[in-house]
Amino acid sequence: MGLAIFLALLVAPEDLDQGVSQRIFYIHVPVALTAYFCFGLGAWKALVLLWRGEERYDLESYVAIHQGTIFGVLTLVTGSIWAKASWGHWWLWSEDQLVLFLVLFLFYCAYFMLRFSLEEGPRRARSSAVYALFGVVLIPISFLAIRLAEGLIHPTVFTREGPQMSGSMFATFCVSWAAVTLLAYVLYRVELAGKRLDTDLRELREALQ
Amino acid sequence: MTYFADVAALTRKDLKVELRARDTLPAMLLFVLSTLVVFRFALPQGAGDDAAYGLLWVAIVFTALLGLGRAWVPEQEHGVLDGLVLAPCDRSAIWFGKTLATLAFLVAAQVVALPAFVLFFAPLDATALAGVVLADVGICAVGSLMAAMAAAGRARELLLPLLMLPLAIPLVVGGVGAAVSPEGERYLLFLALYDGVFAVLSWASFEYVITE
Amino acid sequence: MIRARGIEKRYGRRRVLAGIDLDVPLAGFVLVTGSNGSGKTTLLRIVAGLAAPTRGTLEVDVDRARMGFLAHEPLVYRELTALENLDLFGRLYRVPERRERIGMLLERFGLWEARGERVSTYSRGMVQRLALCRTLLHDPDLLVLDEPYSALDEQGAELLDRELDELVGRRTLVVSTHDPRRLERLATGRLALA
Repeated sequence: MGLAIFLALLVAPEDLDQGVSQRIFYIHVPVALTAYFCFGLGAWKALVLLWRGEERYDLESYVAIHQGTIFGVLTLVTGSIWAKASWGHWWLWSEDQLVLFLVLFLFYCAYFMLRFSLEEGPRRARSSAVYALFGVVLIPISFLAIRLAEGLIHPTVFTREGPQMSGSMFATFCVSWAAVTLLAYVLYRVELAGKRLDTDLRELREALQ
Repeated sequence: MTYFADVAALTRKDLKVELRARDTLPAMLLFVLSTLVVFRFALPQGAGDDAAYGLLWVAIVFTALLGLGRAWVPEQEHGVLDGLVLAPCDRSAIWFGKTLATLAFLVAAQVVALPAFVLFFAPLDATALAGVVLADVGICAVGSLMAAMAAAGRARELLLPLLMLPLAIPLVVGGVGAAVSPEGERYLLFLALYDGVFAVLSWASFEYVITE
Repeated sequence: MIRARGIEKRYGRRRVLAGIDLDVPLAGFVLVTGSNGSGKTTLLRIVAGLAAPTRGTLEVDVDRARMGFLAHEPLVYRELTALENLDLFGRLYRVPERRERIGMLLERFGLWEARGERVSTYSRGMVQRLALCRTLLHDPDLLVLDEPYSALDEQGAELLDRELDELVGRRTLVVSTHDPRRLERLATGRLALA
């Protein structure tokens, strides 16, 4: 895992005609995509929970969203670094992706607050699931809103610096994306297993009482 | 159709309760007026009309949150919500009735607040008003659900704004856009989209939030 | 009517019910006894469908429309009158000849004179009597009553005695109480919670 990321960072310097900003790009975009995927997965598990009513999906949904939030924060951080490297500012309201992740970050923090304030049980599982569904619907709607807001705040014509991906750049990108996805997957399974172990241990303790 | 008869009965009940208890609506009215006055002093001299519209929307959102925070209180006294959940009617009707009632209160507060805004700050055209109405629907639809979710837990007064504010951001964009932008219709369309999507989602998921 | 096996209920870390079996035959009267905190309310809420068991199976032969639940709380709106409360629930439960039925119940439970007053003005005993009216409004086949005598005044208790006498054998009843003496003679079955 670390090896793959290390590789991604190393391979990039090989293309010396790019600056730091491009290197961050190789991490920033995969991380963002992975975050989206995690949120989507969390929402999917939430839907299954509401459909099937089996509580194990609650944990799976929660862990997916937890991972998504972690990667969301990473997106914000790497995005901020990219903004600084490319345009000299740590934050840009005109950068859609960044603003979107800020809104999502707020939303999913509220998700954890919700879970924290409800007692464990079917109530909490279902409310969390519904909120997770709202989250995934919020992603496109927020994006639209941000786009519309741009017209209000920054009526600047902004061309997105889409890198023309030559062969080696594309390969690097794919390696990086695969690495990040793999990382997310491993983290997901580790956290899920850990939480399951917690629950099993607790049940065992109860049974022995 | 008995579904809408149920909704009507529930909405009537909410209106009656508020008319007698008289605690939420006066508070909302006073809050929105006070907020507008505070904003008058918060705005620096020479700030454009646009800033005023932005502040109007902040006032609307927070007034709505005030109303929503109290929306389920009558059901929590004497545990009445259980009584509604036990009834054979569709649980989504409970959400529907509550949404309509909260919408009525919000609109009532705005009937006072909007003229005050025009008096203190800047004019509002038809597009702006349409934006207000559409956003109201969205806030109440989603807010009723979120308020019910928050009510089940601790620190519910704190939790509701946290849950709602990220969801309210698109509404603010839509509302301000409708008031400010020359292409106001686009924003109205967006608000209608938000309302459609989120109202359906709220309607469908309410059942799961209040039952075990 | 009701078949429950291995009912367990946990709230977070607290285990409230463990391994409960319950059988209630049609037109039976099961008394659920136990001290405070033994889980009587939780069990009744599960039977009524307001809570889901953490483990175990539950089969109830009637749906919400044919079941009446008297909870620990009155489940009536403070700011509405008795008439308005019963009218609302009458509509939601699709009670036929609503007005007549409401009038009859209010009279039977001695609330007719107070019918136009808000519930917030009632005594605790009156509120509980109204709760009983609400429970019986739609003439349910299954009655689940959680400590019905606890908040009743003397007059109300007598009215309830009379009501239960009439219902026994014609309707199915599950009643919880921490003082079984009053109802022992009517019960066909008993479940004691630790």
